[in-house]
Amino acid sequence: MKRSDIVQKLGFSALFACMAANIVFLGSIIFFIAARGLSSISWAFLTEAPRDAMTAGGVAPAIVGTFYLTLGAVIFALPLGLACAVYLTEYSPKGWIVNLLRISINNLAGVPSVVFGLFGLTVFVKYFGFGVSILSGSLTLGILALPVIISASQEALTAVPQSIREASLALGATQWETIRRVVLPAALPGILTGVILSVGRVAGETAPILFTAATFYMKGYPRSVFSEVMALPYHIYALMTEGSHPEQQTRIAYGSSLLLLALVLSVSLVAILIRARQRKTYNA
Amino acid sequence: MNKRKERAIKYIFTALAFSSLVFLVGIVFVLFKEALPIFTKISPKAFLLGKSWYPTSSPPEFGILPLILASLWVTLGALFICVPLGVGSALYLHELAGPRQRTLLKPVIEILASVPSIVYGFFGMVILAPFLQNTFNLPIGLCVLTTSVILGVMATPTVASIAEDALSYVPRSFREASFAVGADRWQTLTKVIIPAAGSGISTAIILGMSRAIGETMTVLMVAGGSAVIPHSLFDPVRPMTAAIAAEMGEAPVGSDHYHALFAIALILFLITFAFNIAAELISRRFRLKLGHSR
Repeated sequence: MKRSDIVQKLGFSALFACMAANIVFLGSIIFFIAARGLSSISWAFLTEAPRDAMTAGGVAPAIVGTFYLTLGAVIFALPLGLACAVYLTEYSPKGWIVNLLRISINNLAGVPSVVFGLFGLTVFVKYFGFGVSILSGSLTLGILALPVIISASQEALTAVPQSIREASLALGATQWETIRRVVLPAALPGILTGVILSVGRVAGETAPILFTAATFYMKGYPRSVFSEVMALPYHIYALMTEGSHPEQQTRIAYGSSLLLLALVLSVSLVAILIRARQRKTYNA
Repeated sequence: MNKRKERAIKYIFTALAFSSLVFLVGIVFVLFKEALPIFTKISPKAFLLGKSWYPTSSPPEFGILPLILASLWVTLGALFICVPLGVGSALYLHELAGPRQRTLLKPVIEILASVPSIVYGFFGMVILAPFLQNTFNLPIGLCVLTTSVILGVMATPTVASIAEDALSYVPRSFREASFAVGADRWQTLTKVIIPAAGSGISTAIILGMSRAIGETMTVLMVAGGSAVIPHSLFDPVRPMTAAIAAEMGEAPVGSDHYHALFAIALILFLITFAFNIAAELISRRFRLKLGHSR
């Protein structure tokens, strides 16, 4: 064997090891959390409120809270994100505006999540006076979801062939009619992927809701958009850092982590599958 | 009539499209507005270079050097993990994996990216920290080392996916030319393809760093929390994000401590902003160099 062959073999093995390390990490996270969390999960765990100073009972209010926060964030971010994507792909007249918007979207995507939390605290909680509430939390999470929705929608809209637009315009449809009746329906699966991806992202975020929405414990369920909520990710954090029964709390935290992980990963998996199918259709 | 409606719709879309810019500017405005009052009490130099962070003692001390150094240590530590793993995986996916393997392996990376940071933090706290503590006989498990490992794993998907994009921009002709002069696959990879994609790969690394330094929940749970200047990999630390998240709830609104935490957030924002702009500039030049206009 030549020396260069040996080098090549070693190099390729190293690359394989790098890829394998990802699988090992993902596998061990899922394995350990599933192995130790599975015993905590029961019907009661999913449907009951916490009892006995967080040492027993379930996490139902946290599940409900996460649902409300995520729903609110999507309701806020979807119209804005979609409009932005439509503008950038269908209208955007001049180069510098597109550039400016693209740079600001990229930078918004890179802002640390705790900074969103401070922004939400100052603007929504204090300035608008929404208080620590579902509304403040949803708006804060919505801003965080915006770049995800914009870039997925943009990808979906760009994938719609130009010829379809031209055909519609040639039939006498106006630009808006073309967008609404032709382009958006064609791009719908891709846009849906973006929404699903953002749900996965938003449901797992903790730092933005620390000061804007989340509470460790509440009696019953939230009554309006102005009440504070329990949320699954924050619940895990609180169980690990507050309270006085670390052992029982860690057990519940395992269950909650498994629940959150299962929720977020299945949501992302759905998005990945839809997108894979979508790309296949256009490539074929 | 119809024309007017079309114009109105266009204006509505234009206005909505600017929302991300508005939010970004809003974030900058809020950070400056809430951070500036602290600098009437303490000079920016004393704030940045002060060695003690005792925000609640009297008199309080607001020196954030220990927090900045903590962030730098864990971020640099993370680079030792996410650069080899991220770039290595991207090269594997691009060069070695067949189409079948790619369809299975790419989702692994995407799923690794979608694991919530609180779950990484929890995993680090209950599994990784005790494991490293026992293996290396450490005095405490929650330290720079554990944090770096977890942050490295978290940043790996970012590096891998952007680096893979960069590799796909390298034209086929480069590879064919290299094979034509008798180079084997490894030589082509290291001498032709990696240099050609070099600035794209560095963009990937910068964005990975940006991800690591801004990460909050993980470091809050795993870094150990003590606000002293780290001297070794096994010291517990309190990075900037952890200080903000841990202390904001207790700082009275409008107090010096409150403004100081916003000032930390401002510095953090400026660091990540600089990273993102640098990545943007490098990647634009990279694409132009390889003849892509977008």
